[in-house]
Amino acid sequence: MQLELRGITKRFPGVVANDAVDLKVESGEVHGLLGENGAGKSTLMNILYGLYHADEGEILLDGERLLLDDPGDAIDAGIGMVHQHFMLVPVFTVAENIVLGVEQTDRLGRLDRATASRKVAELAERSGLPVDPDAVIEDLPVGIQQRVEILKALYRDARLLILDEPTAVLTPQEADDLFEAIRGFTAEGRSVIFISHKLREHREIADRISILRRGRIVGTADPRTASEQELANLMVGRPVELTVDRSPAAPKDPVLEVSGLEVADAIGTTVVHGVDLEVRAGEIVAVAGVEGNGQTPLVRAVTGLQDIAGGSVTIAGRDVASRTRKEVLRDGIGHVPEDRNRDGLVAEFSVAENLILNLWDAEPFARRASLQFDEIREHARSVVGSYDIRTPSVDTPAGSLSGGNQQKLVVAREFDRPIDLLVASQPTRGVDVGSIEYIHKQLLVKRDEGTAVLLVSSELDEVLALADRIAVMFHGRIVGPFDTPISKEAVGRMMAGADPADVLEDHQPPTQANAEGPPADGATPGGAA
Amino acid sequence: MSDDPTRPGEGDEPAEGGEPAEGGANGSPEQPASVATEPDDPDDDARQEIEAAKERAAAASRLAQDATFTQRLLAALTGTSVIVTILAILSALVIGAFIIAFSDEGVRGTLGYFFSRPTDALTVGFDSVIAAYSALVQGALGGQSQISETFVSATPLIMTGLAVAVPLRAGLFNIGAEGQFLAGGTVAGLLGFLFTGLPLIIHLPLAIAGGLVAGGLYGWLPGILKARTGAHEVISTIMLNNIALLVTGYLVSTTLFRRPDRSDPISKSVEESARFPRLIWWEPSLRVNTSLVMAFVLAALIFWLMERSTHGFELNAVGLNPAAATSAGMNPARVVVTAFTIGGALSGAAGAATILGLQHRLTIGFSAGLGFDGITVALLGRGRIGGTVAAGILIGILKAGGRNMQAQTGTSLELALVIQALIIVFIAAPGLVRAIFRIRVDDLATGQVAKGWGS
Repeated sequence: MQLELRGITKRFPGVVANDAVDLKVESGEVHGLLGENGAGKSTLMNILYGLYHADEGEILLDGERLLLDDPGDAIDAGIGMVHQHFMLVPVFTVAENIVLGVEQTDRLGRLDRATASRKVAELAERSGLPVDPDAVIEDLPVGIQQRVEILKALYRDARLLILDEPTAVLTPQEADDLFEAIRGFTAEGRSVIFISHKLREHREIADRISILRRGRIVGTADPRTASEQELANLMVGRPVELTVDRSPAAPKDPVLEVSGLEVADAIGTTVVHGVDLEVRAGEIVAVAGVEGNGQTPLVRAVTGLQDIAGGSVTIAGRDVASRTRKEVLRDGIGHVPEDRNRDGLVAEFSVAENLILNLWDAEPFARRASLQFDEIREHARSVVGSYDIRTPSVDTPAGSLSGGNQQKLVVAREFDRPIDLLVASQPTRGVDVGSIEYIHKQLLVKRDEGTAVLLVSSELDEVLALADRIAVMFHGRIVGPFDTPISKEAVGRMMAGADPADVLEDHQPPTQANAEGPPADGATPGGAA
Repeated sequence: MSDDPTRPGEGDEPAEGGEPAEGGANGSPEQPASVATEPDDPDDDARQEIEAAKERAAAASRLAQDATFTQRLLAALTGTSVIVTILAILSALVIGAFIIAFSDEGVRGTLGYFFSRPTDALTVGFDSVIAAYSALVQGALGGQSQISETFVSATPLIMTGLAVAVPLRAGLFNIGAEGQFLAGGTVAGLLGFLFTGLPLIIHLPLAIAGGLVAGGLYGWLPGILKARTGAHEVISTIMLNNIALLVTGYLVSTTLFRRPDRSDPISKSVEESARFPRLIWWEPSLRVNTSLVMAFVLAALIFWLMERSTHGFELNAVGLNPAAATSAGMNPARVVVTAFTIGGALSGAAGAATILGLQHRLTIGFSAGLGFDGITVALLGRGRIGGTVAAGILIGILKAGGRNMQAQTGTSLELALVIQALIIVFIAAPGLVRAIFRIRVDDLATGQVAKGWGS
């Protein structure tokens, strides 16, 4: 099938989300749709899936005009969509979810589970997406749930599959499996629209890439010839630096000292085991690791959000356990939380209010119990300018900013005061390329000002680009920190639990790492393991 | 689950809860590493680990997104535009009109021959609706004494409305305004008749203060229960309402309270020196009294507290996003207790105003649902302070006007209550109002749509 969008325009109050978009998807093609957050990718796909109605323009399927009133029409036309957030019934089995809505029943109206299960198993086999049809959804990992979503579309005989940021929830290995399956679909003549803001994935899987910026198609590229740099520039609309320049660190005295830290969760299970870690002024120490290996409780304990079960955390000589979160913050800690929507922002509050969220009762923003709105706005105006937060005004609700600007807001709040220690958790998650560049630069600026920086990230590229020393967290324990440079593969294997001694033997002799490190560095490879 | 703003970290817990099983199955972390020399096993093991970890992370984020009912209600209310509120009131009045028409004897008579002469039914129905509604407006605003009665009705409503609105802004549903009203009124009444011979300047403030403190303590109780033990405030306040009702019922029959010359449960009268002076003292028929001034003064104080002070900033932040508030160094547990104590004190003030300003004696169930009306008022005012004051006056109009409507046109007083209930139905279902008036979600909830684009 060949699908063509012609002059699609969609306006929301105050914004043109799609501006005369033309897009052509050929049969058997993987068409990449690349764009920053807020560029209009999801709006366009929601129009194609019948969830929104275009104000102007038309959709042609094999040359015939297609009218889509709701997703039902889109499904009938052979269009299937896998949303970022899955739409599955958690207590139903895989097969039940897949046949839901098109289920076969016998004459008495009873569901034919056995046939459904068999058909789903066949389909899964044929499509290269192995899954147990009788497993219950809520027991399945996210990667498998995504397969179920794809199978759901295939079961309805989708000839065009829209995948909205499919790799965001996948491990690298799962992403490879997905790409393999996508190649299978196109071999059968199906088409795929692949949405992502990760350049590398487009280059790997797409046959053609359309780049969307501010609601317009700004270019089409051939992934075989276009470089990542060219794609990034097109996407952002200006030259972007994909790699950060940084000078060697000049570490001074230790600021954060963690020794033998144990943290337990609410039901008393130890989730952080005997962690030792030191971060000195003027260096970036990264904690790499797949999420869920204890980084969250580690950060919460270090920043005074969670009680510790054993060991100690001191920041600039002050014990964290005996202080409240407010005292810890006011002592001079910046904390960029991993989930900005949950922990970093009050979406309904204005930009100005969010910028003083952690200083709400401190001078000069409050005098006695009275908020000083002039001071608060004045502060916001200057910070918005210096941190390049794109907002209509400082009174705009933070929730209506784009993800990248929300993150810059949090970064600005945590960076823009004198601090000894900066704890940044997943600081560039869900953030567009332009903002990533900016946040990385700011982290280095902070380091060079003499702040101790603890960076916790599951993005290996980010860790390798920024860190002066890298520790790896697995199963609540930390190995390292190791001096950089260290190979990506070595860190990757340790993230999966490999013994550092073995890894470093293969990739980099430990003695060499020690020789390169500054003499003050007491941490030897495997020292904490 | 995370419906407890005092423990915002809960979202993480189930995620980490998966850990012991993992650890048990795979042994200590060193173990996979030690078998790393065998090429296949550790990779599979690691992959499983990664999958499990991803799953835990996703489960945690799903739980974090699972906002509580009160938070969603708060978001829906504050996200609703004034237009929707006004349209909700209009819709309720329209449905009320149909009820008036169909309950009218004359209209029902014409329905028998509706199909031969439909105009009769329409004319008679239209006339009855106009008559009833104009009687309502007349009765509420038609003259000095009517306006006085409207404000007499509105006085406690403004305060109980605020008593619900303040906790609502902190993400808490105060169903307990009724009980706090009873507690405040009872103590104010007791102080009002217990002391004799005090000058007004001492006696009245003392009795008012007693009402504020008693109501405040009765609000503090569910607050501290929630902060310390996580007891849900809706359950505890409903129960505390019953306790307050039964205890005041018992008290007015005791010798301490009961009027010596009466055998039925009615208390002694509040001393003249503890009564709110009439506002328009030269016109003794007008019952509106200085407790109305107290209501406005309290509203102004609460407005400053909620919109201009650091305490209000903290309270609003906790109400909208307890996790982010905690992360910024705020103390949700303290906010829960503060919000409920303030709410209780406001409702206690309403009780004091009713006893010291109007009824002058305690009877069984003297609250007469005014605390529950506070919920209506706060929701109609969308949790905002100015809105709640306006809503209190509006419901006061409905109450005072409803009485006149019944007297003049025979339309039952209950109709005013039906309209009041319908307004809340429409307010609580903004989508319904949008559907009726064909307001597109695109047009109104721009914030929502804005979040929708891009990826």
